[in-house]
Amino acid sequence: MKRFFHSELEQFRSNLLLMGERCIEIVRLSTRALLEGNVDFAKAVLTKDDAIDELEVMIDAEAIRYISMRAPVAKDLRLLTVGMKAAHDLERVGDEATSIARRTLKLDAALPVKDFLGIPAMTQITLEMLRDSIDSFIEGEADKALAIPLRDKEVDRLNKQNYETLARLITQDTARINSYLDLMFISKSIERVADHASNISEEVVYLYKAEDIRHSSLVKEAKAQLREGEEPEE
Amino acid sequence: MMSQKNNFPPTLNFEIPAMSEQTIPTARTIYRPTATVQGPGGDKVSIEVRDLNFYYGEKQALHGINISILEHEVTAFIGPSGCGKSTLLRCMNRMNDLIDGTRAEGQILIEGQNIYDKDVDVIELRKHVGMVFQKSNPFPMSIYDNITYGLKIQGRKKKRELDEVVEKSLRGAALWDEAKDRLHESGLSLSGGQQQRLCIARAIAVEPDILLMDEPCSALDPIATARVEELIHELKKTFTIVIVTHNMQQAARVSDKTAFFYLGNLIEFNQTEQIFLNPSDAQTEAYVSGRFG
Repeated sequence: MKRFFHSELEQFRSNLLLMGERCIEIVRLSTRALLEGNVDFAKAVLTKDDAIDELEVMIDAEAIRYISMRAPVAKDLRLLTVGMKAAHDLERVGDEATSIARRTLKLDAALPVKDFLGIPAMTQITLEMLRDSIDSFIEGEADKALAIPLRDKEVDRLNKQNYETLARLITQDTARINSYLDLMFISKSIERVADHASNISEEVVYLYKAEDIRHSSLVKEAKAQLREGEEPEE
Repeated sequence: MMSQKNNFPPTLNFEIPAMSEQTIPTARTIYRPTATVQGPGGDKVSIEVRDLNFYYGEKQALHGINISILEHEVTAFIGPSGCGKSTLLRCMNRMNDLIDGTRAEGQILIEGQNIYDKDVDVIELRKHVGMVFQKSNPFPMSIYDNITYGLKIQGRKKKRELDEVVEKSLRGAALWDEAKDRLHESGLSLSGGQQQRLCIARAIAVEPDILLMDEPCSALDPIATARVEELIHELKKTFTIVIVTHNMQQAARVSDKTAFFYLGNLIEFNQTEQIFLNPSDAQTEAYVSGRFG
C-alpha cells in the first residue's frame, strides 16, 4: 500500500538526484575551465556552489524530519541515512570544484596544462566515477557501484605523478612557482572528488544491499588484485 | 447434545429506538454555528476551548484548558493514560454528559457558539460533531442500515437519497469497493478494520463538520491501521479532525498539530513537526522520546 507520506521520500530522492546532477555539472565546468583555459567557465562555477550548499541543508532537514515523523525502517531508513551522507560528499564535491575554478583563474595562462600533466586523464576518470556513482543510485545498481572505488586507485596514482612532476618544475622554473603550487592543489582537488565519488558508491551499495563495504576486505582484496598487475611504486 | 447458541449477531444490551416520527428529536434550540472565529494567523478556528475545567465528581480531570483547533486540520491529543485527553475529546460533543456526576466549567466554542450553553440541543450538536470510538461498534444490522440509521432518525427516508448517501459515505470512508456488493449483509460480518471504516462512514453520513476519533486504530492490525490513517489524511479535506492516540508514531504521521497532556493539564500544543523535532517543554520531550516515568 502506498502511503500519503511516501511522496515525501520521492521528493527526498529527487532532491538528492538534483544535487548529484548539479555537482557533475560544476565539476565538468571547472575542469573544462582548467583544461581549456576558459575564464568564463571558471567564473560560472563560482556562482553555482551556493545552490549546492542549500540542497545539502534541505536534504538533511528533510531526512531528520522524515525520521522523526514517519519512523522509517529498512530501505526507507537506509535511503535517508545514505542520502544525508551522500549529500555531505556532494557538498564537498561542490567545494572542490569551486576551489579548482578559483585556482584556475590565478594560473599563468601560458601553462600548457592539457599537455604535460596527468590532469586530463584523472579528470576523465573522476568525472566517470562521479557520473557512475549517481547513475548506480538512480538505477539501483549495487554491482555497478561496487566497482567504482576500484577506479580510485588510478586517480591516486595520477595525482602522485602530478605532484612529483610539479615538485620538479618548481625547482626548475621558479618564475611560475605559484602556478605550480596551484596546480598541485588542483590535482589534489580532483583526486578528492574521486574519493567522494567512491564514498557515494559505497553508500549506494549499502542502500541497495544493506552491506557496509567501507574498509571491508572485499574492497581491499580487489584493490590488492589491481596492485598485483602494476609496477611497484617508488 | 444441545446445539451451540448462535451468537451472531450478538445480543444488544441496549434498545435501538424504532424508526418512527416520534423518535425525531424535538430540539429546544437547534444547534447552529452562529459566528466565524478567526485565529491569530487568519485561519478559521473550528473548536475553541476556553478555561475549561472538568470534574468527575470531586476529582478534577482537566485544569484550565485553552486550545484552538483549526478547520480542516488534524489535531492529535497525546499523553499518558489518565492525562485527560479522552475527557477533553468527549467534552467536544458533550459525550461526558452521559456520565453521572460530571461537571464542566468554562467554554467550548464551536464555530463561535458555546456548546455548554444551557439552550444547546446536544443531539443536534452531535450531528455536527461526529465521533468514532476505540472499538468499532457497528449496529447489528446491515451495512446499508448502519449508514442510513442517523438519516432515518432525522426523518430522511427517500430511497434514492439514502442510496446516494450510502455510496458517498462508503466512498468517503474508502470502503465502497469492498462493500458495494454486500450492502445488505450484516455490518458485523466485516473485518475489524472494515468495521471501523464502516463506523467512520456512519459518522460522516450525517455530514458533520467535525470528527472526533478516540484511539480509532488501537484494536486494528497494521494494515487496517494504515488504511484508516490514509482515510484520515483524505477526510481532513472535508472535516476538522481531532484524534486521541496512544501511538505517537500515528500522531506524527497523521496530524498537523499535536497537543500533549499530563495530569489534566495541557503541557504543549504546537505544530506536530515542532513537537516531534524540537518540543519546547522538557516533559513533552521526555514523553515523545519514550523517557517518561
